[in-house]
Amino acid sequence: MSARPESGAPAGSATISDGNLLNVADLSVRFATEDGLLKAVDGVSFDVGSSEILAIVGESGSGKSVTAQTIMGLTRSPNAQIEGSIRFRDKELTGLRDAELQDVRGKEIAMVFQDPMTSLNPVYRVGRQIVEAIRSHSEVPAEEAREKAIEMLAAVGIPAPESRVDNFPHEFSGGMRQRAMIAMGLALEPSLLIADEPSTALDVTIQAQIIRLIQRLNQERGLAVILITHDLGVVAEIADRVLVMYAGKAVEQGTLDEIFYDPQHPYTWGLLGSLTRLDRPRPRRLPQIKGLPPSLLAPPTGCSFRPRCPHAFGRCTEPPSLEARLSEAPQHMDRCWKSPDEKRELRNVEGRIGLRSEA
Amino acid sequence: MGPFIARRLVRMVLVLFAVSILVFLIFNVLPGGGTDAAARRIAGKNATPQLIANVRKDFGFDESLPQQYLTMMKQIFSGSLVSYQSQLNVMDQIKQGIPATFSLCIGAAIIWMAFGVLFGYLSAVHAGRLTDRGLTILALAGISLPVFWLASILIVYLSQKIPIFPNGDFVPFQDDPWQWLVHLILPWTTLAVLFVGFYSRVLRSNMLDVMDEDYVRAARAKGLGEHQVRTRHVLRNALIPIVTLFGLDFAAVIGGGAIITELIFNLNGVGQYAAQSIGNQDLPPIMAVTLFGAFFVVLFNTLVDVAYAYLDPRIRLGTSAELA
Repeated sequence: MSARPESGAPAGSATISDGNLLNVADLSVRFATEDGLLKAVDGVSFDVGSSEILAIVGESGSGKSVTAQTIMGLTRSPNAQIEGSIRFRDKELTGLRDAELQDVRGKEIAMVFQDPMTSLNPVYRVGRQIVEAIRSHSEVPAEEAREKAIEMLAAVGIPAPESRVDNFPHEFSGGMRQRAMIAMGLALEPSLLIADEPSTALDVTIQAQIIRLIQRLNQERGLAVILITHDLGVVAEIADRVLVMYAGKAVEQGTLDEIFYDPQHPYTWGLLGSLTRLDRPRPRRLPQIKGLPPSLLAPPTGCSFRPRCPHAFGRCTEPPSLEARLSEAPQHMDRCWKSPDEKRELRNVEGRIGLRSEA
Repeated sequence: MGPFIARRLVRMVLVLFAVSILVFLIFNVLPGGGTDAAARRIAGKNATPQLIANVRKDFGFDESLPQQYLTMMKQIFSGSLVSYQSQLNVMDQIKQGIPATFSLCIGAAIIWMAFGVLFGYLSAVHAGRLTDRGLTILALAGISLPVFWLASILIVYLSQKIPIFPNGDFVPFQDDPWQWLVHLILPWTTLAVLFVGFYSRVLRSNMLDVMDEDYVRAARAKGLGEHQVRTRHVLRNALIPIVTLFGLDFAAVIGGGAIITELIFNLNGVGQYAAQSIGNQDLPPIMAVTLFGAFFVVLFNTLVDVAYAYLDPRIRLGTSAELA
């Protein structure tokens, strides 16, 4: 896990916001449902620097996908309330009209989704779908757009792109489809790629290829990436910074090293503790975080992780603020009332970081 | 695509063969009573012994069943089948009825597809809002109105009280295109209303399903305009099941589904011919019209399969073609 490739921006440098590409400040997304108001995202803030990889991690239902889709304006609907600010370069995306947002989508920010099997329209040839993306943003002759599509397919490692461009999606394997999705996203050379669990639906060897591809595009093209995942192994390999989400809130955020070597929130310990590690003797059962994420319709009062946290104490009924609690790492923020010294002791489970099953 | 079409054509011929055997059995064998009874039924009411003897000879009732089948098919396909009651050639009568029936059915089909798709699209795009609710009520009303009632109301109000349209009859297109059109507007409306209502409901729900598909979200994410997303990605995919429906309904309408409309507006089409023959218990025309209807149902099924393969490339795979 410590073997992070030395390429890419060194951890720490990204925290200095030198011309941030994306600033998300105090973003909240609520959906009016039949059962009440669902707080999918609750006051999340983060920055993404150019050519930086930010990983957003958390369980299903923690609000990471909604956060990502809200950046693209894909959650806009009559029953959604979106508050806070999303600044991309010098544009406030939350204030844009739908038509203006279309110019940002695809052209400046691209998105790749979780399931490549269903993300391509089955009735159109792959090349045509890439051409469609290109031509929706620029007046390019069809032939030129097609050349560009072939070039992009080659760039993402599709063999024989000249003939593959005319295939239908069902003639592609899952990994190839995800590559095609990435090619489609990158055809207009956006500066930010949002990858929403891009490898989750693929088998393990293909997962690694897709992650390598994203890493390569990040290094070669200076593409900034928001990588949404629950796979901390992937995060350890390619992320510069990490945002840990739980029940719609950011519970911890910091550089990769801060999150992996000095995690401050018990939820992060739980995530790290549930990783399979090949460098340790295998325990009988993988540790898990007991219980389920809380309902976003009626989140618990105080700390939202309290019902599942073995270390909860009196003060946890009071909602903890997201703040830097370590004097030596002013950008490393968490939402836990315990003192850093207590945490260092509590997170030690049999010599490694983890969440105890009982306090 | 070539082998696919060939397979479908072979299947079409086999199905038609099976249908013709069924028609033969239903008319000549299953009612029982032997060949004498069959000959008497075909000869019609008040037939003379001489006429019945002629029928026995024409239909080869003294020979084996397979031979009887062949004789009957030969009569139908050579065009020599006659109605023993009216002494008119059945094929000539059907040919005379075809222009009216086709004019009615094709025109109505264009109307019901156009309005069905338009209303379904608007309903889906404005789902839950006033437009959608209004169209839903209209669609349900259209589906619920009986054809004979709607036709009568149209005639009473738009032909008798306010004489805008003629109240019936068919004018061939080559005689007078304008009169052809004017005479067909009420029949087209009568026949199309049910299908407009039905198709708009089906398309609406298909479109709402497709709108939730990942590829629609992906199309938005690549920056396509809302109109492009709705037409190229949502409507295009939602229309695929509509094509099946259309093929079947259109064939059914040609093959007898327009009988009531033809009768009320006195269009003298194939359907009206069938209805009169049923009233007179005149079997030869009914045999021929039954096969005529079956032919169109099977033909349009085949066309639907081919259109499907064109619209949805996944169907073109050999394996799924076998499964389909």
